[in-house]
Amino acid sequence: MNTLIFRTVAPFLTALMMMFSIFVLLRGHNEPGGGFIGGLIAVSALAIYGIAYGVTAVRRAIWFHPLSIAGFGLALSAISGLLSMLAGVPFMTGLWIYPELFGVQVPLATVMSFDIGVYFVVLGSITSIALTLEERDDD
Amino acid sequence: MHDATRKQGAEVPVMTLLCLFLPLLAAIAAPVLTARLGAASAWILALAPAFSFVHFAGFLPEIAAGEVVTGGYIWVPSFNLSFSWFLDGLSLTFALLITGIGTLIVLYSGGYMKGHPQQGRFLCFILLFMGAMLGVVVSDSFLMLFFYWELTSITSFLLIGFDHERAAARRSALQALVITGGGGLCLLAGLIFLWNMTGVTQLSLLIHQGDLLRQSPYYLMALLLVLGGCFTKSAQFPFHAWLPNAMEAPTPVSAYLHSATMVKAGVYLLMRLHPALGHTPAWEILLPFFGGLTLMIGTLLAIRQTDLKLVLAYTTIASLGLLVLLTGFDSPHAVTAAVLYLVAHSLFKGALFMVAGIVDHEAGTRDMTRLGGLSRAMPVTFAAAVLAAASMGGLPLFFGFLAKEEIYAALAGGNARAILFTAVAVLGNGLMFTAAFAVALKPFIGPKVETPKHAHEAPALLLIGPVVLAVLGLVAGVASSLAHAYVSTPMASAVEGRPVPVTISTVPHLGLPLLLSVVTVALGVLAYWQLARLREVMARLLEAIGPGPDRAFDHALSGLVRVAALITRIVQSGRLEVYITATFILIAVVLLAPMFVYGELPAWPTWPKGVMLHEYAIFLLAGAGVIAVLRARTRLNAIVSLGIQGFAVAVIFLLFGAPDLAFTQFMVETLSVVILALVMTRLRLLDSDPRPLGQMLLDVAVALACGLGFALFLLRTTQGPFDQRLTEFFNAYSKVIAHGANVVNVIIVDFRGTDTLGEIAVVMITGLAILALIRMRGTSALKPADNNPDEAEGREA
Repeated sequence: MNTLIFRTVAPFLTALMMMFSIFVLLRGHNEPGGGFIGGLIAVSALAIYGIAYGVTAVRRAIWFHPLSIAGFGLALSAISGLLSMLAGVPFMTGLWIYPELFGVQVPLATVMSFDIGVYFVVLGSITSIALTLEERDDD
Repeated sequence: MHDATRKQGAEVPVMTLLCLFLPLLAAIAAPVLTARLGAASAWILALAPAFSFVHFAGFLPEIAAGEVVTGGYIWVPSFNLSFSWFLDGLSLTFALLITGIGTLIVLYSGGYMKGHPQQGRFLCFILLFMGAMLGVVVSDSFLMLFFYWELTSITSFLLIGFDHERAAARRSALQALVITGGGGLCLLAGLIFLWNMTGVTQLSLLIHQGDLLRQSPYYLMALLLVLGGCFTKSAQFPFHAWLPNAMEAPTPVSAYLHSATMVKAGVYLLMRLHPALGHTPAWEILLPFFGGLTLMIGTLLAIRQTDLKLVLAYTTIASLGLLVLLTGFDSPHAVTAAVLYLVAHSLFKGALFMVAGIVDHEAGTRDMTRLGGLSRAMPVTFAAAVLAAASMGGLPLFFGFLAKEEIYAALAGGNARAILFTAVAVLGNGLMFTAAFAVALKPFIGPKVETPKHAHEAPALLLIGPVVLAVLGLVAGVASSLAHAYVSTPMASAVEGRPVPVTISTVPHLGLPLLLSVVTVALGVLAYWQLARLREVMARLLEAIGPGPDRAFDHALSGLVRVAALITRIVQSGRLEVYITATFILIAVVLLAPMFVYGELPAWPTWPKGVMLHEYAIFLLAGAGVIAVLRARTRLNAIVSLGIQGFAVAVIFLLFGAPDLAFTQFMVETLSVVILALVMTRLRLLDSDPRPLGQMLLDVAVALACGLGFALFLLRTTQGPFDQRLTEFFNAYSKVIAHGANVVNVIIVDFRGTDTLGEIAVVMITGLAILALIRMRGTSALKPADNNPDEAEGREA
């Protein structure tokens, strides 16, 4: 879209939405949110950026091929499920650790890495679809 | 002392397990060894089956004493599966044949394939097959049996198609795989029937369930399915066509798989199941009928051939027919006759195939009309050939003679059925006598014929196999009491399910069987004398009959392809609107049909009380969105209007306490509008909707049916009592077990995490598929959408 206001605002909007998507992703376990919604917000952020600056700019910005991102997410989720094997409990059992970071107790879990995987799969797959639809054949 | 016995008890299963896997291990080593040592690697590789042979031979005294050896390991305890074996007279004899002849075949392959660039691969396949075949005969559990059974089909496929650059070899390999593999599926179904009928999954238990099986109403079905497996594997008419075609394989394969071992797997299983399924009218009619028919067809076709290997292949079919006939024949001597003939056949047919291979290898052809007078150049080969042929022809002193005497003792009798089958057997055996000596004498005697290669005596690697097997046929016949004690009697007892002593000896004893033997030999000599004329008559007869099952196989296969193409054309029109319409019609039917059929339509809903003003406003907004969609003149307007309706629904979710759902709905609506708009520009659709009226009406009807279906379904669901159990469970445990307050998220990532993993995999695959679809369309005729603002700017400037 070729308006000055939109093109000026788009980077800030994208950055904000990206941050918000991560926020939504991480709070998901206790408040409304989660990997799926977070991923969708991130896709919308990239869509805005794409509408403002075109497909090539988005591809440059996300660095990796979107489907690689999705693949990484799927692998992350699968590994999160498999980790329970090391603890000798059934597949997909959540494992929790509570390390102290800077004096604050941070709960970390395979459930969380699983959700992060979901986030990346949604982000990668839908971005890939949107970008492929948007770009020209000779790109 | 006590300790020692227990220790041995633990050692034996490990050793047996090792011996079962030894051929497979050798198969893995074969390519490496052959690359280093060439043909000499055969000497080392042959040690593997030889070791197994010695180990299994160690069980002989125990088995001869009437015991059975079982052993095994637990495999999948939750499914009650075990990797277990079961050795009685029948399986032990087969195991010895497989490992013993296998040892000789590996040596023979070393000589036969010497210098071949793929010799390592060949030895690997042969040893793989050996491991599979050994598994078939010792398996106790049905699953193991089926697994190894199919593995023999697959290794046979690999070996027949070994020379994969020739189309004929590829076709034959495929044909063998389709026929024997298809039979394997029949067998699987049959085994499942047997399992359901008796509740046991082990052969060692099944053979004691005969009475139960024979009374079952499913007996005939199970029998037919099992026979489907056995008859295809053992090349019974009309499934015999694959066996002659399998002669495309190198000769060691023909000698080993397609005469001595694999084709006998069907006979093995029939013999194994004889105590369980036998002694019924169906068994005693089907087996002798198909066996006898196969015997006749096999011998008549054998006489017609001039290729040494094809002659032997057709006589193998005939012999398999004879074995099936005997296994199903209701007479005291039939089972012992089948046992004796099976062992004799493995010895002489293996030897004769190897002789045919040597002749081919040394003289450069195996067409018997172009061979002659080789006896001077190849005396040892000639001697082995004559010994083997004498056993096949059933001459006294040889093991084949014992088998034939027993066959006639079993078949001969006063009634019409006995006379018919005796006549069939005499004719079949007579012609097999002719075929045997045609193979053993024609290339070697008479005037010397110029051959493509200058013939020499074969090297030791090639000679060991046929000589050992041919001599064994003689030794076993002379020392018959020893052979009976360790092989024939235990095996016959296992097949019959009760002790059956085998006593026949090679000393000719006057009686009807001896008379029939004399007739057989006389018939064979007569036919040998008139062989050329007989061959011509057969050729003319076959021409008159027309194409056989071999051609039918081709027609069936191409017919299958045609039918598949036809169905694909009908079902897969390739038009998106057809697919979508079909999908939605199905959804409407699934939603509406049960409600109407079972009278579960919802009651007319009562108007809710206390609806707030802003709630009315949202409902109005949703309705307005739908009306806007219907009234939209361009597609883009319709898409955006649909978005309005979607957002209104999201707000409803938010108002009624489902923030997660509302959140997701917002994002999905936004992205749907973006992506639909992109699709539109991408596909360069017309702005307006060009559908004809009829199409439009159909679409309207389908859309209304779907909408109505969902509405009624939802109403009906909410009118029923709500089952609170899941809600209570998740509310109670979400925080306690899964450490999460957001129940929806906890369900997604923890309680039902495996579902989610599957779903995100689907999302990813969808992404891949769409990428592929769009990239595939990349035709230059399609003018790409103009959506790069930078370039648009540049053009304007």
